[in-house]
Amino acid sequence: MSTEPKPGGSLGVAMKRKEDPRFIQGKGRYVDDISLPGMLHLAIVRSPYPHAGITSIDISEAMRVPGVRAVITGKDLEAAGLGWLPTFHGFDKQMVLAIGKVLFQYQEVAAVFAESRGAAADGAEAVHVEYAPLPVVTDPFAARTDQVILRPDREKKTNHIYHWEVGDKDATARALRTSPRRISQRIWFQRCHPAPLEPCGCVAQFDAMGRLQFYVTSQAPHVYRTALAIVTGIAEDKIHVISPDIGGGFGNKVPVYPGYVCAIVGALKLGRPVKWIESRTENLTSTGFARDYHMDVEIGATDDGRMTALHVATTADHGAFDAAADPTKYPAGMFGIVTGSYDVPAAHAEVDAYFTNKAPGGIAYRCSFRVTEASYAIERAMDILADELRMDPVEVRRKNFVRKDQFPYQSRLGFTYDSGDYQKALDVALEKIGYKELLKEQTAKRLRGELMGIGFSTFTEVVGAGPSKHFDILGIKMFDSAEIRIHPTGAGIVRTGTKSQGQGHETTWAQIVAEELGLDPQNIMVEEGDTDTAPYGLGTYASRSTPVAGGAIAMAARRVREKAKKVAAHLLEVGEADVEWQDYKFQVKGVPAKSVTMKEVAFAAYTNMSQNEPGLEASYYYDPPNMTFPSGCYVAVVDVDRETGEVKVRRFLAVDDCGIIINPLIVEGQIHGGLTEGFAIAFMQEIQYDSDGNNLNTNFTDYLLPTSLETPHWETAKVTTPSPHHPIGAKGVGESPNVGSPAAFVNAVIDALSPLGVRHLDMPITRDKVWRAIRAAEAKTALA
Amino acid sequence: MKIHVTINGAAYERDVEPRTLLVHFLRDDCGQTGTHVGCDTSSCGCCVVVVDGDRAVKSCTMFAVQADGREIRTVEGLADGGTLHPLQQAFWDQHGLQCGYCTPGMLLTAYALLKHNPAPTDADIREGLAGNLCRCTGYQNIVKSVQQAAGTLGHPSAATA
Ligand code: FES
Ligand code: FES
Repeated sequence: MSTEPKPGGSLGVAMKRKEDPRFIQGKGRYVDDISLPGMLHLAIVRSPYPHAGITSIDISEAMRVPGVRAVITGKDLEAAGLGWLPTFHGFDKQMVLAIGKVLFQYQEVAAVFAESRGAAADGAEAVHVEYAPLPVVTDPFAARTDQVILRPDREKKTNHIYHWEVGDKDATARALRTSPRRISQRIWFQRCHPAPLEPCGCVAQFDAMGRLQFYVTSQAPHVYRTALAIVTGIAEDKIHVISPDIGGGFGNKVPVYPGYVCAIVGALKLGRPVKWIESRTENLTSTGFARDYHMDVEIGATDDGRMTALHVATTADHGAFDAAADPTKYPAGMFGIVTGSYDVPAAHAEVDAYFTNKAPGGIAYRCSFRVTEASYAIERAMDILADELRMDPVEVRRKNFVRKDQFPYQSRLGFTYDSGDYQKALDVALEKIGYKELLKEQTAKRLRGELMGIGFSTFTEVVGAGPSKHFDILGIKMFDSAEIRIHPTGAGIVRTGTKSQGQGHETTWAQIVAEELGLDPQNIMVEEGDTDTAPYGLGTYASRSTPVAGGAIAMAARRVREKAKKVAAHLLEVGEADVEWQDYKFQVKGVPAKSVTMKEVAFAAYTNMSQNEPGLEASYYYDPPNMTFPSGCYVAVVDVDRETGEVKVRRFLAVDDCGIIINPLIVEGQIHGGLTEGFAIAFMQEIQYDSDGNNLNTNFTDYLLPTSLETPHWETAKVTTPSPHHPIGAKGVGESPNVGSPAAFVNAVIDALSPLGVRHLDMPITRDKVWRAIRAAEAKTALA
Repeated sequence: MKIHVTINGAAYERDVEPRTLLVHFLRDDCGQTGTHVGCDTSSCGCCVVVVDGDRAVKSCTMFAVQADGREIRTVEGLADGGTLHPLQQAFWDQHGLQCGYCTPGMLLTAYALLKHNPAPTDADIREGLAGNLCRCTGYQNIVKSVQQAAGTLGHPSAATA
């Protein structure tokens, strides 16, 4: 594997990251590092109650706290027409500060502006709010009964938010009825939280010309600009959004949060810059959670394991406001990918979402809009089917895979899978993990009563939203963009509508430009996140950067090449039609000896361009023709301690197919990170609420992130089927490991427990849960 | 209260509120923003600095006044002029960081670790870094980075565990 970047041939090079020097020297610039002269600090007063009327808010004592400059409440915002904020997919709105009542614990109630962090916190303590508690609904199945209506502000007096479905309902029901074998299982993907290490925050200021300068932890700065223009009425040219370095996002930094609006209002009202940085507790309790899908999965099959039908009915818990950041036409995101890697002849999926007294969200946590839920459901259910049929889960999967020759494959739930080779990924995985030996070992161990499990997940994702005919957010189509300028010396700059939060765009984008233009990636600067300079794009989430912006960069570079070709023709003294691009150079057709480099052409574009337009730059707004469909085969091997319930992940192998790889070093890093998040979800993470609506996981001592001690060693391998429609054949990878791994972990644990008759456990698979399952199984055997 | 603190070799004299945490003192009063804050419960390790030469301390667990008269090393003081510290170089070489938010804390914890144990096994490193959370890397490349640095610092690594 080459690690040395060179002009041209940059694709597939494990180049060291260009952004790292500033991070390793403490010179990154994150939002909290920004300090402006005269800056005030904002602290937010939050509700201790999950559902309560607000009887009164007394700010008088707070205003007497030294350093406090202002306190605002929902009433103030309402009077200014800023009481409510539209949520991103446009179906709902969210209170900025509580108006009349609160709907979840830790909801924003008042905003305190003060001279220092400490004074703002003191001021928040001194705001006295009286609440009149209301009945609390924490269970979406209870919400369904509409006994307590949580959102009387809405036109329809029901907790039901929407019903969404896709597929052939009748055909699926018929096929299920007539299937010789059937399984059904409720599978819950628990509520979790992306918890990037850097919390959310912003600094807002209005400059001398009254223009809003807004530094913010945003994965989608342009969407923020447009949303702020719509919400505040400030003309869009008077808004400058800057996303500086971001300390991880994972979907958490897509929505616009109430703290942002309060900071802007404070800056406007007080004429001074305002900073708001949330605490970890605020992050975990009030900003975008993920998942919380209760999925009733039914599969019909023949006796020999051919799937005949799949039906999934989901009850979704959306919390107090429907703030899921899904594309407008997809309230349940890409949940239609629930048929996974399998050629199911009949399928139907439906989702019903409900309001509860919990924090809003439902964001795409390191996943392309509900793909993780869908993948987990089908991959878990495949194992249940295998168990029912007493078949090897590997064989059941193999029997039902979409075959290589079926691509492009039209799924029953509306997607056209671009490419894949599921058999091959499985073969590579079986070989590398040594499946046969593991099975032998397992058989021997079972005879001794030891619990060892092997779990598979052979998932397919759908990412890269998306084609404009289907995808938009707030009406804005989900294209992305790139603008490239090549300077006279052959160095250049590329700007895109995306925003890296650790994904390494400053390196990979340079590699794409370098590859397309035969230039040195070390001298291609990448700039993102500044709405004044970057072309409009929808941002980085849902694995869309490489599929969409990556396409835009390649296409913009090809436009640059077209322009350069004219100059090259002039330099080579031939007609343009006689010039070809070969081996990263322009040459006279068929005459490699007569050639010019892009560097020479770039210089000529400014110094000796003949009749051609001077300069060398181009931009491209890329509307992808289709989504991309990364896939993979993951295998987990676990040992379960029968006495304590402790699970040890002995090995984990990820075989990924993300199409053409831009930088293998970065791809591998992404896989390691995503697997670690999947591991956390499988074994330790859940945002729990008690029946009174209290959030029980409000910090890192209760909401656990795996440390270096628990995190397993990751093994990786690859299979490559290029995306046929993507300009460089790439599919994206950042989310695959988080999407694909939870099922592999859980399947391995259940496989270990299967001799005891355990067929399913919901995540997180804690030691306690495993211990109880073992004890319950033993008690049953003792009784029998 | 008036305190005197040496940060990366430079003397700072400041008047601070007694409740000011060391991390906020470093960031807000001394402009050393390389040290980060990632939690409220001393769980994440983003804020780790080295106190008096070899003690890795979560600077959110220490008041600024407790640092009076002490020497603090932060990420800004790791490089030797234009030359990166072997740990910095190793994190870069081994792709030991992604978003970079945990990186300063990781570097300083590893710095203290190598002072106490110049030839750690992989298991030693994993144990030594257990108080530092990283949400991006999955730790594997961080362990590799620390091993590389241990090698560069002239102590060939012990058998990996
Ligand atoms: S800020 Fe998290 S441990 Fe100090
Ligand atoms: S690199 Fe992002 S938290 Fe470690």
